[in-house]
Amino acid sequence: MDLLNALVVLLNFVIIPATAYGSQLALGALGVTLIYGILRFSNFAHGDTMAFGAMVTILFTWAFQAMGVSIQPLPTALLALPFGIAVTAGMMLLTDRWVYRFYRAQKVKPIILVMASLGVMFVLNGIVRVIIGPGEQQFNDGARFIIRARDFKEMTGLNEGLAFKTSQGITIVVTIIAVIALFWFLNRTRTGKSMRAYSDNEDLALLSGINPEKVVRVTWILAAILATTAGVLYGLDKAFKPFTYFQLLLPVFASAIVGGLGNPLGAIAGGYIIAFSEVTLTYAWKKVATYALPESLAPDGLAQLLSTDYKYAVSFTILVIVLIFKPYGLFRGKAV
Amino acid sequence: MNRNALLFGGVALLYVLTGFFQSWNTALAIFNMGLISAIMALGVNIQWGYAGLFNVGIMGFVALGGLATVLVSMPPVGEAWAAGGGRMLAALAVGAATVAAGILAYRRVTAGRLRVLAVIAVFGVGFVLYRALFDPARDAIEAVDAASTGYLGGMSLPILLAWPLGGLLAAGAAWLIGKTALGLRSDYLAIATLGIAEIIIAVMKNEDWMARGVKNVVGLPRPVPYEVDLQESTGFVERAAWLGLDPATASSLWVKLLYAGLFLVVLLALIWLTQMALNSPWGRMMRAIRDNEVAAEAMGKHVTRRHLQIFVIGSAICGMAGAMMTTLDGQLTPGTYQPLRFTFLVWVMVIVGGSGNNWGSVLGGFLIWWLWIQVEPIGGAIMHIVTLPLPDGSGLKEHLLDSVQHIRLLTMGVVLLLVLRFSPRGLIPER
Repeated sequence: MDLLNALVVLLNFVIIPATAYGSQLALGALGVTLIYGILRFSNFAHGDTMAFGAMVTILFTWAFQAMGVSIQPLPTALLALPFGIAVTAGMMLLTDRWVYRFYRAQKVKPIILVMASLGVMFVLNGIVRVIIGPGEQQFNDGARFIIRARDFKEMTGLNEGLAFKTSQGITIVVTIIAVIALFWFLNRTRTGKSMRAYSDNEDLALLSGINPEKVVRVTWILAAILATTAGVLYGLDKAFKPFTYFQLLLPVFASAIVGGLGNPLGAIAGGYIIAFSEVTLTYAWKKVATYALPESLAPDGLAQLLSTDYKYAVSFTILVIVLIFKPYGLFRGKAV
Repeated sequence: MNRNALLFGGVALLYVLTGFFQSWNTALAIFNMGLISAIMALGVNIQWGYAGLFNVGIMGFVALGGLATVLVSMPPVGEAWAAGGGRMLAALAVGAATVAAGILAYRRVTAGRLRVLAVIAVFGVGFVLYRALFDPARDAIEAVDAASTGYLGGMSLPILLAWPLGGLLAAGAAWLIGKTALGLRSDYLAIATLGIAEIIIAVMKNEDWMARGVKNVVGLPRPVPYEVDLQESTGFVERAAWLGLDPATASSLWVKLLYAGLFLVVLLALIWLTQMALNSPWGRMMRAIRDNEVAAEAMGKHVTRRHLQIFVIGSAICGMAGAMMTTLDGQLTPGTYQPLRFTFLVWVMVIVGGSGNNWGSVLGGFLIWWLWIQVEPIGGAIMHIVTLPLPDGSGLKEHLLDSVQHIRLLTMGVVLLLVLRFSPRGLIPER
C-alpha cells in the first residue's frame, strides 16, 4: 500500500509534469533542429517565435470567446491554433524573405545568420510586448482536470491523490500526433524526402533538381507549426508570459544539442531527457521516500537536490557535460 | 580620418544638445553610462572583431563585475562570519575538492564501467558532504539580522580595487566556459554563454548569504565625495556661486564629472592597450585566425588556445565595466540584469559602430546608449501625436501609450538588422 502511495506521488509530481514539459520542449527542439538541418544555423529567435505564435493564438481565442464559439470541455485555444499557425507561418516566410534570404544568397558564415536571428528575436520580442504586453495571460478556458485528486482518492482508497490536468493530457496527445505527422511527412512524402536529401548533402540535392527555395519555405512553415504548437501548449499548461518564452530558449537548445543538432529523433529524446532531469533534480523527494523507505531511513529534510530556481542550471549542466564528452550529441547530429 | 572625426563630432553634438535642451545633469548621466557602454563594447569587439567569437552572455560577466564591488568594498558582517563564515568556507572548499577529485578520478581510472562508477561515487559523496556543510551555514548566515544584512559582507577595501577584481572574476567564468565550448562548432559558444549568463544571474538572485540576492545591497562606498558633504562645505558653495550655480545642481554636476574623469581614464587606457594589441604581431595573428582558421592552423598557430585567450580577455573587460557600473549606481540589484538590456544592446553597439575597429565600438557605445535613453521620450511624443484622434480614455489609446517602453526593443532590433544588411562593416569600418 505504501509503495502504491509512493508510486502515485511520483506519478503526480514527477512523471506526468515531466512528460508534459518534455513534450513541449521536444516540439520546440524539433523546430530548432529542423532549421539547423536545412538552413544550417541556430535560430535564436525560436523562443520568441513560440511567444509570437502563442500570442496570435491567444488573440484568436479571445475573438472566438467574444463570438461565443467554444469546444467545451476542450480549451478554445485548440480551435484557434490553426489560425495562429497560419499567421506565424506567414510571419516566418516574410522574415525569411526580408532577412535570411539575402545572407543565404551571399553564402555567409553561419554565425552571421545567428546574428541576424538575434535581430529578428529583438523585433519579435518588441512586437509581442507592444501587442499583448509583458504581463502574464491565462487563456485556458477548458475543463481543468481529466482526473481530480479527490475523485482518485475516493476511487482507489489510497492516501495520495492523482491529479491529471487536461492541459497535460492535451499536450501529450497533440505531441504524439505532431511527431507522427512530422515523421510521416519527412519519410513518406516527396517534399519531405527532398528536405532530408537537402539536409544530408546540399550539392547533391541541387544536382538532382531539388528546388532549394521550396525546401527552405517548407522548413519555415514546419518550424512555425512546431513553434506555435509548443508555445500554445506551454501557455495552456502553465501561463503565457513573453519573458518566460525567451528563457525557454536555453532548455530548448539544450534538448536539441543533447540529441544531436539536425537529428529530429534526437531532439525528441533530448526534450524528455532535459525535462526529466530538471523535474527529478528539483523535486523534493521527502514524501516519496517516506512512503517507499522503512521508517528508520525516512529523511528529515525535504530531500531536494536543487532549489527550483536553478532549474535552468540543470539543462545547462547537461549541455556542458554533453559538449565535453559527446559534442555531436547522443544521436549523431550534423557537423558544420 | 575626417569622416571619423565628423562622426565623433556628431555624437558629441547629440550630447551637447541634450545638455542645452534637457539639462546638463541628464546629459552627463547619459555620458557616464555611455563611457561604460563604450568599455563593454570594446570588450565585445575584442572577441567578435579580433577573433570572430560570438558571446551572448555579456550580461553574466557584467553581473560578476557588480558582485565584485560588494565583495570588495562592503564592510564584513562580523556576526555572520561568527555564525557560519568558517563552515561556509569549508563547504565551498569541499565543493571545489569534489570537482577536482572527480576530474582526477576521470583522468586516473582507466576507461570503462569502473571509471563511470568512480566518478559518480565521487560526485555523489562530495555533494552530500557539501550540502551537509552548506545548508546550516547558509541558514545561520542568512538569519543574522536578515532585514539589513544577512550576508557575509565584503572586505572593506577601496571600491576602485573592485574594478580589476571584477575583471578577474569574469575572466575566471569565461575560462570555464571557453574551455568547454571553444574548439567546437561556432554556435556552441553562443549557446553556452547564453546559459552561463542566466545561471550567474540565478545564483546572484538566490544566494542571499553572498550578496543578499534580490534584497539588494545598497549604499556601496563611493570613490568620489557625496553631494551632501559638498553642499555643506563652504569652499564648494562659494565656488558654485562664483560660477552662478546653486549648490545642489553644482554638487550633482561635480560628482558626475568626477565619475566621468575616472571612467575616461579607464577607457583611454583600454583604447591605447587594445590599439597596441591590434597592431602588434599578436593582433595580426588573431585576425589571420579569424579570416582563415585552417590556414592559421597550418602555420602552426594553436587556434583554440588563442580563442580561449581572447575570450577571457574580452570577458574580463566586460566584467570590469560591470564593476564600474555598479560603482556608479551605488547599489547591486541582481533583479535588474536583463539580457536584452545588457547583452544584446552591447551587440548593437559593436555592430553599428563597426566590428573589428576599436574606435568604432567606442562610437557605437556612445551613440546607441544615447538612442536607447532618448528613444523613449521621442517615441512617447510620436505615439502621443499618433493617438490624438482617439478619444481620451479609450482602451486602445491607453494600450498604445503604455506600449511605448517596448518600442525600444523593436527599434534596436530594426537598427541591428538594417546595419547588418546594408552596412555590415559599421559606421567606422575595420581598416
